[in-house]
Formats: sequence, structure tokens, C-alpha cells
Amino acid sequence: MKMKLITAAVAALVAASPAMADLTFSSLSYRTGPYAANGIPFADGYADYFTLLNERDGGIGGEKINLVECETGYNTEKGVECYESTKGSGALVYQPLSTGITYQLIPKATADGIPVHSMGYGRTSAKNGKVFSNIFNYPANYWDGASVAIKHLLDINGGDISGKKIALVYHNSAYGKEPIRTLEELSKKHGYDLSLLPVDHPGQEQKSQWLQIRRERPDYVIMWGWGVMNQVAIQEAVNIRFPMENFIGIWWSGSENDVKPAGEAADGYKALTFHNVGSDYPLYEDIQDYVVDAGLAAGAGDQIGTVLYNRGLYAAMLAAEAAKTAQKIHGTSAITPAMMRDGMENLEMTEGKMTALGLPNFGPSFKVSCENHGGDGFGAVTQWDAKAGEWKMITDYMQSDQDVLAPLVAADSEAYAKENNITPGCN
Amino acid sequence: MPTQLLFGAEVFLNGLMAGVLYALVALGFVLIYKASGIFNYAQGVMALFAALTLVGIMDGQVPFSHLINAMLGTDVHHFGWHVNALISIILTMGVMIVLAYCVQQFVFRHLVGQEPIILFMATIGLAYFMEGFGDLMWGSDIKKLDVGLPQGGSFWIEENSQWLGFGNEEFYGFFLDQLDIVATGIAAILVIVLVLFSQYTKQGRAMRAVADDHQAALSVGISLNFIWVMVWSVAGFVALVAGIMWGAKSGVQFSLSLIALKALPVLMLGGFTSIPGAIVGGLIIGVGEKMFEFIVGPMVGGATENWFAYVLALLFLVFRPQGLFGEKIIERV
Repeated sequence: MKMKLITAAVAALVAASPAMADLTFSSLSYRTGPYAANGIPFADGYADYFTLLNERDGGIGGEKINLVECETGYNTEKGVECYESTKGSGALVYQPLSTGITYQLIPKATADGIPVHSMGYGRTSAKNGKVFSNIFNYPANYWDGASVAIKHLLDINGGDISGKKIALVYHNSAYGKEPIRTLEELSKKHGYDLSLLPVDHPGQEQKSQWLQIRRERPDYVIMWGWGVMNQVAIQEAVNIRFPMENFIGIWWSGSENDVKPAGEAADGYKALTFHNVGSDYPLYEDIQDYVVDAGLAAGAGDQIGTVLYNRGLYAAMLAAEAAKTAQKIHGTSAITPAMMRDGMENLEMTEGKMTALGLPNFGPSFKVSCENHGGDGFGAVTQWDAKAGEWKMITDYMQSDQDVLAPLVAADSEAYAKENNITPGCN
Repeated sequence: MPTQLLFGAEVFLNGLMAGVLYALVALGFVLIYKASGIFNYAQGVMALFAALTLVGIMDGQVPFSHLINAMLGTDVHHFGWHVNALISIILTMGVMIVLAYCVQQFVFRHLVGQEPIILFMATIGLAYFMEGFGDLMWGSDIKKLDVGLPQGGSFWIEENSQWLGFGNEEFYGFFLDQLDIVATGIAAILVIVLVLFSQYTKQGRAMRAVADDHQAALSVGISLNFIWVMVWSVAGFVALVAGIMWGAKSGVQFSLSLIALKALPVLMLGGFTSIPGAIVGGLIIGVGEKMFEFIVGPMVGGATENWFAYVLALLFLVFRPQGLFGEKIIERV
């Protein structure tokens, strides 16, 4: 009887565990809580791409993909719990989808030998792979975003923004403060006046900030917002009749969710991006055929083609391409997190590769290396067309000002290395 | 008049308007606390739930559509009709009354005589339940709320106050958001109606009797169950009004439940048991935080509003724990 019980227990354990031959990817999602409206489309895009690979290609390199989703509610403690509870499943890479969670996972994941991909968020100086061996933030980071915003302003002002007044409206948190240093450095170079307007969390009340903007009349407003702060800021800008085309949000302030509550008045609002918009790509036809029509779409299947769905899909695509690279480097399809890290460090995305994947002109081309875990810092600008109800890409991808950013990344990462007794270097 | 003085006056006026919006949220807390001694942690979520229900009814959204579709394999989301805003508000009020009945019947009826902290914990549970229930019922996407309220700065006020600058080009006239002006009017009407209701109607007097002494009210034949359902319904109505005003600014989304954070310092200041206290407290906090941000903010890097509101509330707690209008706390040893 005892033997039978043990056998049954072992059988149950084996059945409950993920098949070890599978490639496990984790999805730290937030489908509940105040930020669910943003978390759902990203998680759907991330899941749908892997479902597509499983259904259409039989996984990656013949290995089926096992996606482990864990609900964080956009809460840092819960995110860390998710990491701790899922890392045993052999997850190849973590997308924390929160700057707070990323900061917590940097030392943990590095110690565990698991790579983290904080795409367009997290610690900017993680770009320096000599210090942050397991953290990747390609294709662009916050400082790239700030620089691309200024480049766009230079472009529309004939290359001269000296004397212009630029206001930064930002979430009063570590995330919101990220672009300040970059914008200050760039103001020295380009001669614009920068004013800083912090908004307290969660950002439902911003009257003081927008009255100040109305008083000071800056030429441009750049926004580093998140969640309800975005919708309120756009509505307040409409209320004071600030020209929408002079209002630029970071990529986390540029989804349909952010502009729709203000209705037609939000027309012309701009946002940065590091991937393209819409669903007019051959890959989306496959998503329709293999995922949606097959009844396998994540969530309600109603987010396809939205900005944040595309971002989730793009993150999954980059993870899959890194896994393929790892398989190639190590000559095995059953890769480990350590091998995945190598794959990420040797990832190269070209236009040819993306076209072959069915995503032509979807994201910038970039190459990752040990010295550069952040890609080449390309971003573009999108603009909201309220009548059509869609975002439109209005610029080509442009590279951030590496002359200004590289020393900042080096200084910040070296300080981190010193604090944590890390000897920078490449393996 | 010096420009800075004009700007200060503009900030003052906008602070008053913001204070009214804070007071709207605080009112719901006061009503329930006054009548039943329960600090209703779920008041913010009630505002969210009411706003979600209102938008859902207006847009003809099928409730629980995601659940229905997942279970039955269907693809239904909308009934295909749009309901008039006024009818939707009435229907939403009906839903809030049903909710009040359920809360009383299934939660607080079983907790009569329990310690206040138990009742408070129950409202925390209620908040989480309602948040999840609202999500399941109406989905978690951000919804545009359009009940026909005007938005944006008032041109009329702007143009007709420009002369105050005496030709100063830096002064463009006062900015006042039309939505805030409407909210002020609605809040004034709401308070008058609440006062009239509690002073001059049988149910209102019964509500006050229950607030004064449960046992005595019970002994003269007042039904506690009925009164509490009524109070939760009135608080539901106040939550609906707050949900409409705040939802019109930011869209109806789950962050709406966080507006409760704005009500806490107002309650500490005005007192938990006073309707005028909620209004005056709201105005003081609104004006105080905006003026502080205007005068001191630039010297310390800004974002002082939340800090100021809570510090002011803390000072009141130290020197006048019952708040400006709260009942005096007398404990005999």
C-alpha cells in the first residue's frame, strides 16, 4: 500500500510538472488591478505569439513552448513572488513588465543565472552588459526615449531649439525621474529651457501642474506618465487648449487607452515608440488563422493590433529569436537559461529577418553584444488620429544621441558595479 | 493687480473646485460612518463600480460577457443599443440599491455588535470582492464616460476676467474647468438634498435616530436593516455622482477606486460624522494643497499636494482628533 501511494505521488508530480524538454517562458502579467487595462494587451500579445509558434511551427527548433503566466497586479512584492515561484520551472527569460520589479530582480536573476529582458523600461544603465551580465534592455531604454523626443523636436524646428521652453510632466517616482538627467544634459547641448513638473501617484489630480503650464506656456511638453496619469494629463492639456501636436509622451504614455477617454480632442497627441503600430503585417494573418480562429487567443482576443498588444508580441518575438540564436550557438534545441542568456547577448535583428518573420518594418534593426545589452537606441514618433481611431507612425526610426548617453550609461553602471563589488568584464 | 496675485487667485479658485470633488468622495464615507459606525474602505470601489455600471448600461454592454463567451463559446459583447444618460443613471441607482441590500443582507447583518475593526476589515474584503466583480461584469478596459457634462476651460470666464490683468500680456484670464463648475453645482444640490432628507423626512429622521443610538432607535420600532440598506443606497448614490465627475476626467478605469485616498485627509480634517465637515474639509484641503504647491512647490521641487494634505490632516489629528466638525470624543475613566 505504501509503495502504491509513493508511486501515485511520483506519477502525480511528474504529471503536474512541466515537460522538461519544453522551452519554458514566463509571463509576469497584470490582468487585474488599476493597471490591468495596460497589462492585458501586453500579456495577450506575448502569449499569442508563442501560441502561434506552437501551432504553426511546432515550437522553437522542434521544442514546444510552455508559457507560465503569473499575475503580479503590477505590484513589486507580488512580482518578486512570481519570480521565486516560477524560476523552478526552468523559465528561460523574465519580462518583469515593471521598473520596480526589474530593480528587485536584477541581483536575484543575476545570482540565479537567469536573463531578464526589460524592454523599454527598468534600469537604463543595464545597457552596459559588462556590469549587468544577465539584464538586457534592447532595443531602447528611457534615456534613448528622452533623446529621441529631443531629436524629433530638433527635426521639426529646423535643427534649432535653443531658447525653446520644454516642460517635463513626470510621474513622481523612480520611473518618472529617469529622463531628467538626460534632458538636462541635452539642454546644455541644445540650449533649451527645461522645467520639471512632478505629478504625485496615481496622478488623478493634476490641476496645479497644468495651471503652471498654462501660466508658463512652454513650447513643448514631454510626458513620462503611466496609468491614470496619462489620461488625466491628456484631458487637462485639452482643457487648457495646449496644442496636442506639441505634447509628446514616452512609449508608456502612448496607447489607445491613454487617448480614447479624451475623445476627438486628443487628436494630434504624439508618443514615442520602438516598434510599429497597427496589424497590417503578414504575421497577423497567421495569428488570425492559427490562434484566433482556432479559439486559442489569449484573453478575450479583442486586443490584436493595439499598441500594447504589439509590444507584447514584439517582446515574445525577440525572446523567440534569442532562443533560436541560443539553440544555434550551443547546438541543442533544449536550451537552459544560461544558454538563453548567450542567445540574447548575440541577438541580431535585421530588417531581412523581421520581414521573413512576417513583420516588415515592425522594429528597428539592432545588434546586441556583451558591451551593449541595450541595442542601438532607435526610436520613432507616433501620432494619434482620433477620427480614424488609430496611431500613425510619423517618423522613421532615429538613433538617440549616443555622444551624450554613452558617458551617462558608463558612469551609472560603473557606480552600480562599485556598490555591488562587480568587476566589469565580458566572459 | 500684480500678475502673481492674479495667478494665486486662479489657483485658489481651482483649489476650491478640486476641494468640492474631494468632498464628494468624502461624503459617502461620512454617511455610512455616521449611521453605522463603519469606516467603509470600499467607498472608492463603490464609485468605480457605479461608474462602470453606468457606462456599461449606456453602451449596451452585455454584463459578464467574457465569462459567458468563455463558458458557452459565444461571441456576445453588446446588445446593440445605447441607453439615454438619465435613464442609465436611474438604472445604475437601482443596481446600487440592490448592492446595498446584498451588502447588508450577506455581510453586515451577520456582524452586528462586532468590534469596529472587524467591520472595517469586512469592508476591505468587500472592496476586493467588488473590484473583482466589477472586472468580471464589465471588463477592465478604460471606458469613455460621456453623460453630456461640459469639459474644458470656460471661454466666458477667461475672456471676462482678462481685464483684471490691466493689459498685462502674461495674464490670459482665469482658467476654470467647466466640469469643475458643474461638479460644484451638483455637490451643492446634493448636500442640500441630503440635509433636507435627513431633517424633514421620516426616513431621514429615522436615520439620524439610528446614528444617535442604535438601541434606542430599535426600541421605538425603527428597522435597523432598512435604515442601513437605505444609508448604503444613499452612499451608493453619492459614489455614483463622484464616479461620474472623476470618471469624466480620466475615463472609467480601475484607478478610480484610488480616489478614496483623496478623501482620507478630508475626513480627518472635517470629521468622520459631519456632512458640512466633509464639504469644509474638502475645500480646505483643496485650497490648501493647491496654494502650498503654488507658493512652496517651486522651492522644493514640486509634488507637494499629497504630502501637504496628509500633514495638515495629521496636525488636526494631534490637536483636534475629532476633526473640525466631528463629535467631541469624551471618555470617562
